[in-house]
Amino acid sequence: MLDVHELTTTYGPVTALDHVSFSAPKGKITAVLGANGAGKTTLLRTLSGLIRPTVGAASLDGTDLVRTPAEKMSALGLAHVPEGRGVITELTIEENLRLGGLGRADRAKPADIDRAYSLFPVLGDRRNATADTLSGGERQMLVIARALMANPKILLLDEPSLGLAPRIVAQIFDLLKTLVESDGLTVLLVEQNARSALSIADFGVVLNLGRLVVHEPADVLAADEKLRHAYLGF
Amino acid sequence: MASLPLPLAKVGRSTLWQSTLWRHLLLAVAGLVVVVLVLEGTSDFRNAQLAAMAYLGIAAGGLTVLTGLNGQISLGHGAFMAIGAYTTALLYQGTEPVLPVLGVLLAATLVALVVGAAVGVAAARLHGPYLAGATLALAIAVPGIALFFDGVLGGEQGLNVRLPEVPGWFADILFFLTAHDVSSSKYVAYIGWLSLIVTFVLLANLSRSRVGRIWRAVRDDEVAAEIAGINLGRARVLAFLVSAACAGLAGAVMAMAVRLTAPSGFTLTLSLTLLTAVVLGGLGSLLGALIGAALLTFLPQVVTGVGADLGLSDLQSAELTPLVYGLTMVLVILLAPAGIVGSVRGWWRSRAEKAHKPA
Amino acid sequence: MQQFLTTALTGLTLGFVYAAFALALVLIWRSTRIVNFAQAPMAMITTYVALVLIDAGVSYWVGFVAALVAGLVLGAVVERVFVRPVEGKSEINAVILTLGLFIVLHALAAVVFGSRYRSFPAPFGLHGFQAGELRIALTGFGIFTIVAVLVVMGLLVALFRFTDLGLKMRASAFNAEVARLLGVKVGRMLTLGWALAALVGSLSGLLIAGGSLVHPSYMDSVVVYGFVAAVLGGLDSPAGAVVGGLLLGVSLSFVSGYVGSELVALASLVILMLVLLLKPGGLFSHAAERRV
Repeated sequence: MLDVHELTTTYGPVTALDHVSFSAPKGKITAVLGANGAGKTTLLRTLSGLIRPTVGAASLDGTDLVRTPAEKMSALGLAHVPEGRGVITELTIEENLRLGGLGRADRAKPADIDRAYSLFPVLGDRRNATADTLSGGERQMLVIARALMANPKILLLDEPSLGLAPRIVAQIFDLLKTLVESDGLTVLLVEQNARSALSIADFGVVLNLGRLVVHEPADVLAADEKLRHAYLGF
Repeated sequence: MASLPLPLAKVGRSTLWQSTLWRHLLLAVAGLVVVVLVLEGTSDFRNAQLAAMAYLGIAAGGLTVLTGLNGQISLGHGAFMAIGAYTTALLYQGTEPVLPVLGVLLAATLVALVVGAAVGVAAARLHGPYLAGATLALAIAVPGIALFFDGVLGGEQGLNVRLPEVPGWFADILFFLTAHDVSSSKYVAYIGWLSLIVTFVLLANLSRSRVGRIWRAVRDDEVAAEIAGINLGRARVLAFLVSAACAGLAGAVMAMAVRLTAPSGFTLTLSLTLLTAVVLGGLGSLLGALIGAALLTFLPQVVTGVGADLGLSDLQSAELTPLVYGLTMVLVILLAPAGIVGSVRGWWRSRAEKAHKPA
Repeated sequence: MQQFLTTALTGLTLGFVYAAFALALVLIWRSTRIVNFAQAPMAMITTYVALVLIDAGVSYWVGFVAALVAGLVLGAVVERVFVRPVEGKSEINAVILTLGLFIVLHALAAVVFGSRYRSFPAPFGLHGFQAGELRIALTGFGIFTIVAVLVVMGLLVALFRFTDLGLKMRASAFNAEVARLLGVKVGRMLTLGWALAALVGSLSGLLIAGGSLVHPSYMDSVVVYGFVAAVLGGLDSPAGAVVGGLLLGVSLSFVSGYVGSELVALASLVILMLVLLLKPGGLFSHAAERRV
């Protein structure tokens, strides 16, 4: 569903992505793993149109992504939850969610917001509070809910577990798995916490210094001790 | 300075500094020769124009150091010129001059410096648009003060400034060198240019010295500068009062050249015009400040002439000049933010790099 | 007592105009982090547009609306053409750019419309009314001023609070990158923000001109007072702009009435410095930094 071919992105003299090619199949969770600075965030930012690649192609169900500006991604069905979560703290929870629905081609209905609250009850309790009152885990739920408001075909998540307690991480990952199974959502999950990511992922892609070094089913990756030690730190 | 014992580690640097000093002094002497040649070879009208270029250059020099080297934007330097000018006017109010010319110049510079220090202390914590807004308020506030205290400061009509008399020794030296007499207005032009040369040498040395490097560090990265032990506030205040002093000196020369100090001579336009000169020439460059001052002095005639050719009325043609300034400023910021000097230097450098690249 | 009342009322009316101008500055600051010093000559030019139309025989109200529309267009054009290239870059560049525009618009107005003082009509009475012994210095035009500013502010609040467009504009101002990812055309929102700000600026230009004299420099001091009012309330706070404007208007009116009109600019400078030194975020600042 997501096809990436020889994608290369440079920042001046630094090559952050080096001819990366892979496919993320529909309805599955593909984890993107690797050390700090491996190029994971750059990959997501290139796919979502925030950065233009130097060379290469990427397409979503056949629609070209490389020449599409970031503003049009939502309408194409690509939702990107950036590094740092991207909660707009000056807006209320409900406003954040409403905002997520505005990028859709069809109008979002109040029912969509209600669905978000049923998935994440803690958000519903405080819907008119400004988003800066939320804890880290709650914020992560908010941005996922916000991304879902656009009815995306594919969800790009950048390090959702960052700064969160293991219990909350498990909660969120469980929810993610449920969404994939119930809605047929495709997920590209960038994570430094490889162990947790591999526990819910179907496939794993490992980047090292901008190059793609491994592309295996998740269980194969998790079982290969040498690989794990070399690139994933466990 | 040479009499102080120097620790060994500083010897190398001090020699370099001294050679910079010699270089600047050499340039100053060369400049002086050029000034004499030009002033003696041109008419009284041109002399008056050149006097204007001199005082604009002094003010612009101070401003370019403040904005270019230290990153503080000031829209209020017209106010400091007003302070210098009014001090000068007041000192010349009596029937006999209270101080010789040099004394008047120093007094005006000092008053502006003190006020500049006060404003600088208040402004040290401001940056960007806040500083611009505050100095903008200063620019429109100071003329109001002159109007309020109209008893002493002459109100709307302002104060007349008597031209200083040409001292005998000066006329003698000049006659000896050039066989020409010195008219009062030529004398003022000399005062202006001598002041400019002295000021520029001082500014150039300051710029190359440790102080200059501190200013640049504060401009480029506050946090890093603070970590390196630099007192941000002190550096900023110093830059501010130096530039205010320059503006004060410029105002003093302006008072002598124009022979009148009135609130109408120190409008917001003056401050903005100074900024234009500095931006066009290139922020931080003294040469740029000089170029900017030249443009400010000689461009209006050219532009007004074009206006007349285009069939505009006199008043309209007069407005073409600020129109050109403003347009140029906008275009420079959009297309060549480094100004004339910066762009030329950049072009030079890229040519040199291309020449050294392997084929 | 009479003088006190007159001074206070005059200050209040003027304060509303400063509030409107401060609001224009705040709108632009929030969306692009730039102080639009050129807002003053922009408002001056749109007022001249109205004046030219009115002098040609058109009714005051048509001229009024024309000025507001001209403001919208001018704001959009200035943002798209001149400001877009410097957005997000060094602060000094943006300041110099708006100052350059300030100078250009000033000179352009002088060339096109002339520098002489021209009178601008007022659609409502310019005299106060009597209440027994006291003269209430609230003119018909003054009441119109207050009402007009309140209406415009109300409309803006409604726009930002209750509409999708307003939500998009706020999101663009708070976090442009996230807004882009959510499908908001941030560039267009910024242009719209500048257009609306210029409309509010035009309104204040018209209100100052009413019953008074117009010339290319007539709005120059307003940009300083508007800026001080905005800083007083907090550059990030629209409500602050209003309160700041009112406070400043009344304070300056008292300075003018009891000390001397020549010192009003100095008074505004003193107020500005006090605010910046004591409470730099303004009266309405919550947190110092934006929390992420």
